[in-house]
Amino acid sequence: MNPLPVQKLHKTLADANLQLAIYTATGRLMDKRQDSIPAHLAGDFQQWREQAHQVKKHTLENLDHYLEQLESNVTGRGGKVVYARDGGEVADFILDLAKRKNARLIVKSKSMTTEEIDLNERLEHHQLEAVETDLGEYIIQLAHERPYHIVAPALHKTRYDVASILTQRLGVEREIVIEKQTRIARSVLREKFLTADIGITGANFLVADSGAVVLVENEGNARLTSSAPRVHIAVAGIEKLIPRAVDLAVFLKLLGRSATGQPLTVYTSFLSGPRRSGEIDGPEEFYLVLLDNGRTRLLADRPKRQSLYCIRCGACLNHCPVYRKIGGHNYPWVYSGPIGAIITPQYLGVAQDPWLPFASSLCGACAEVCPVKIDIPQILLDLRSEATKAKDRERQGRLEHLAFRLWAWLMCHPRLYELGGLMASAISGNGEGRGWLRTLPAFFNVGPLRAWMSQRDLPPPPRRTFRQLWRTRSEREEG
Amino acid sequence: MSRDYILHKVRTAIGRSAGQEPAPVPPVLLRVPQLDEEQRLESFSQALEKLAGKTYRAASAADACSYAASLIGSGRAVASNAPFLRECGITGLAGVRTGFLDPDELRSVCAEADIGITSADYALADTGSLVMLSSHREARLVSLLPPVHLAVVPRERILTGLDELLTLLPQPAGQTSSMVLITGPSRTADIEQILVRGVHGPGEIHVVLV
Repeated sequence: MNPLPVQKLHKTLADANLQLAIYTATGRLMDKRQDSIPAHLAGDFQQWREQAHQVKKHTLENLDHYLEQLESNVTGRGGKVVYARDGGEVADFILDLAKRKNARLIVKSKSMTTEEIDLNERLEHHQLEAVETDLGEYIIQLAHERPYHIVAPALHKTRYDVASILTQRLGVEREIVIEKQTRIARSVLREKFLTADIGITGANFLVADSGAVVLVENEGNARLTSSAPRVHIAVAGIEKLIPRAVDLAVFLKLLGRSATGQPLTVYTSFLSGPRRSGEIDGPEEFYLVLLDNGRTRLLADRPKRQSLYCIRCGACLNHCPVYRKIGGHNYPWVYSGPIGAIITPQYLGVAQDPWLPFASSLCGACAEVCPVKIDIPQILLDLRSEATKAKDRERQGRLEHLAFRLWAWLMCHPRLYELGGLMASAISGNGEGRGWLRTLPAFFNVGPLRAWMSQRDLPPPPRRTFRQLWRTRSEREEG
Repeated sequence: MSRDYILHKVRTAIGRSAGQEPAPVPPVLLRVPQLDEEQRLESFSQALEKLAGKTYRAASAADACSYAASLIGSGRAVASNAPFLRECGITGLAGVRTGFLDPDELRSVCAEADIGITSADYALADTGSLVMLSSHREARLVSLLPPVHLAVVPRERILTGLDELLTLLPQPAGQTSSMVLITGPSRTADIEQILVRGVHGPGEIHVVLV
């Protein structure tokens, strides 16, 4: 994992336009979610969350069974299932297939799983053109960036940014009206859809009893990607399974509302295998690529296994006070926000500088809105504990250790503690009501304390300590 | 082989052995409300119009046909092979091409058409959705490529919602390779969370309930 990107963080915080863009967009998403759960649905919504949690728990505890069931149903309907340990294996499979099909052009609909394994770069490296077709994802691809948000990849781009990107990359005249920008993208991408050899999608759900891939979207690009080209490849993590088609009743209602505040998104596609005989259109071949890439490691960790329940709605990002300040590009991987903070260290393995689980105020907003009830704050605490133990083992952080032992010792000695309080008052020298303490006295203003104070102000110590006040009060009452 | 490797890792992670029966699955949570046909019609229209879709209650097949005729005007339309469209006389209207069975031909006609006309297997009252099962009657691209989508649906096909659909059709894959729920016109909010209609799919949707 990369070290804490201090300079980049400061740049994000100082960029007023960016701050406004993040704040406004996440704010709108929060409002839309709230509006889609009116008071008369509040009880049902909680029941759906609990049901979804239980179904996901059950599925993962019996995952091998459902994987085999899915596989046999996909195969039975004329599709093929391919297992991949990592991004390299996914790319190898697709490159080999593209070669056999003599394919050049690939259209893609938005998929965090393919972002996770840098699939576009891997394909382009072998002279294949892979075009993103979700509007936000297309903008990001043209700008050579990573998605800023799980659901809204171009959340940080204003219409003016988009105008510049379209002009630079497509050579069109500068256009700042959002509707017209959308038309430009539509006409460029329409041509791609009609000429593409292969369509690659992700999957919002994999349905074991049907051998089906479920795709949820608003634009129609996932429908086109999965219907227009002769070959459809769906790439999905093995944790995306649900047992039955009937379980969708709960999951679709939760996903639409939590992600974009829609009772149902515009298009929900339930796809099982290639076009069947008698059907007029649809792909001739269907492949489902099931990706591990760290998921089985996480599966083995019973307390943290629930991280795999995630349905990628992005609600925890929108509600996170940290994400809303630092945005999506300061996180070390493609998954940002609270869910990124817990799955990144677990998928990639906790590395030398695991700052991510510590970058949270543990306010709990993420757990409150999570549609599948993942206890994100608890997992953050567990990860912190693991990171600290790892540091101890490597005999790092001894100073911190010492400081806390000193603190604990002080707390056990009331007289000394009181003396400390008096000293603090004396040194800082500020009386009550004279504003905040912005720096510490020079002697203390070093190392971690200095770093801590650089982002925080403290109320000054009061002129009289609590103990002094208490004694005065007791004397008065006795007297 | 990665298949066996991954399945082995999964089994080790959760402590199961190959072929072991799964634990009992949690009971299904489906709730189907009781609504009469008028209530379903009303709810469907309200939900779809909230999404800027248009609905029209046709008194008869002929009425539906004249709605279609005025929408098509002098434009080019492509109709699916749904028998109900023929029954309404829509496939015989000027400017309407239909009866395609070849995918390449269908695709190029759809790409040029101003309006795509379909029926629907079901409609969902609470969300204003159309349910389209791919078959020899309904192709996927007719409701997708043209900028306007007109669906002509017998009103008895309106179900209360998703829960009723999945109660009736617990195994959609048994019937079709593709079941699509269409809820309003194609839209995006990817730039500044500002709503724009008609990105890749139709920007306009009309549902005639016969």
